[in-house]
Amino acid sequence: MPNKKQMYDKGKVVIGLCILVALMTFPFWYNLGKAAPAPEPKLSEKAKAAKECVMPKAYMTSGHMQLLNEWRDTVVRDAKRIYTNPSGKKFNMSLSNTCLDCHVEKAEFCDKCHNYASVTPYCWDCHIDPKEAK
Amino acid sequence: MNISYMYSLIAVIVLFLLAYVGVNFPGGEVFFGIIIPYLALIIFILGFINRVIDWARSPVPFRIPTTCGQQKTLPWIKSANIDNPTTTGGVVVRMILEVVFLRSLFRNTKCELKEGDKISYEWEKWLWLFSLTFHWAFFTVLFRHLRLFTEPVPACVELLAKLDGFLQIGMPGLMLSGVALLAAVTFLFLRRILIPQVKYISLGSDYFPLFLIFGIAFTGILMRYFTKVDIVGVKEFTMSLVTLNPHVIKGIGGVFYVHLFFVSVLLAYFPFSKLMHLGGIFMSPTRNLANNSRAKRHVNPWNYPVKIHTYDAYEDEFREKMVEVGLPVEKMIAPETPEEPEEKE
Ligand code: HEM
Repeated sequence: MPNKKQMYDKGKVVIGLCILVALMTFPFWYNLGKAAPAPEPKLSEKAKAAKECVMPKAYMTSGHMQLLNEWRDTVVRDAKRIYTNPSGKKFNMSLSNTCLDCHVEKAEFCDKCHNYASVTPYCWDCHIDPKEAK
Repeated sequence: MNISYMYSLIAVIVLFLLAYVGVNFPGGEVFFGIIIPYLALIIFILGFINRVIDWARSPVPFRIPTTCGQQKTLPWIKSANIDNPTTTGGVVVRMILEVVFLRSLFRNTKCELKEGDKISYEWEKWLWLFSLTFHWAFFTVLFRHLRLFTEPVPACVELLAKLDGFLQIGMPGLMLSGVALLAAVTFLFLRRILIPQVKYISLGSDYFPLFLIFGIAFTGILMRYFTKVDIVGVKEFTMSLVTLNPHVIKGIGGVFYVHLFFVSVLLAYFPFSKLMHLGGIFMSPTRNLANNSRAKRHVNPWNYPVKIHTYDAYEDEFREKMVEVGLPVEKMIAPETPEEPEEKE
């Protein structure tokens, strides 16, 4: 009669299961002992003084990339440079001249979250931060 | 309408509503964000181990590899060393090709009656193509998700994300694997409902994982490209989970919890479903054995010590009686005394 307690090829099966458990719990031991606080982007004095960005903060946090994408298309395709936000305020649609004018330090503002979320927007391939370029 | 997929579809819709509405109740975020995901991971790991150990306890009395080529034989006959492996190396190569490229599915054929009653077999590669797309896309998406669970993010994860988004469409950049996943799941579903024979053999347990994975990919895509999610907030939350210091982050939104709940359900359901083919492929005796029964002796593992009585012992026991009635024996009784010579034969 087959002995229900016995495992065949026990060594191989146990190794396979260990690999499974190791892979499934990878994030747990990869982050062991590392403190990874969420980034706090630093607002410049000018940004603080302006109080509100082009759109409300909640929208900007998750939707700024879409807004910038629209800006690019509007500027490049329609040659329109002026953006009017819902409250009627006008902005020059420019990453380097408008956004970076307020958010002066790219490294302290943009990069902090981008690095944390592991995104590398190709915007920066062309639009250099004037300060970094020096 | 077909009960099998209606029930599965309704189940997934109910799960959606459960999470979407449920997070708004007090404690909902803790329940759907922390308790359920941890529980699901534990069920997945323990359930998986349990299932595999159960399989490992089943004896495999014979070598039963499926062979698709000439067995190793006389040296001047060419043998198929991968399709009919006789060595562990051959088995390993065949297994890798199977796991990574779904090689046996590549042989898929379609059998049809043509021109009335003429039977025809045609090659049919779509199932293979979309299954391969599905599995690779799933893996790629999963691997890219490590960016939410590691800090710092390993370079290989960043590299894969870069490759995945190399078309640079839109902002946030389109990830091809997400679209491929959704397309492949859709194909696999349509295949089940459009081909009558496949529809006939499809059960709720075939449709449910498809709908669930469709739901996961759909909510993921919804979140990334359409409804938007505060990704830094999400990562703060996921990192709190994997550093065993879980806490809820406010304002992440319902779609994220639906996504997470679907994934949790998938994890918890996994060990009890056909999805266990993930472990099963490695445990399949038709795949993991070498076809070497002519070269090596394999003893049936459930052979138990049978009480045997060899002919020699039998004759020893009954020799005198056999001789008496005139049965032939192999060893004659040594004549004890010369006075009884007539007794033999
Ligand atoms: C079976 C596992 C999973 C699958 C198949 C899956 C699938 C997807 C897909 C297809 C997307 C669309 C964007 C892309 O292609 O990257 C996505 C996005 C997302 N997923 Fe998942 N997901 C899974 C698990 C998870 C888990 C466990 C979490 C977090 C706890 C998560 C959080 C997210 C978030 C936050 C996004 C939005 C990403 C962004 O906005 O860039 N996913 N998911």
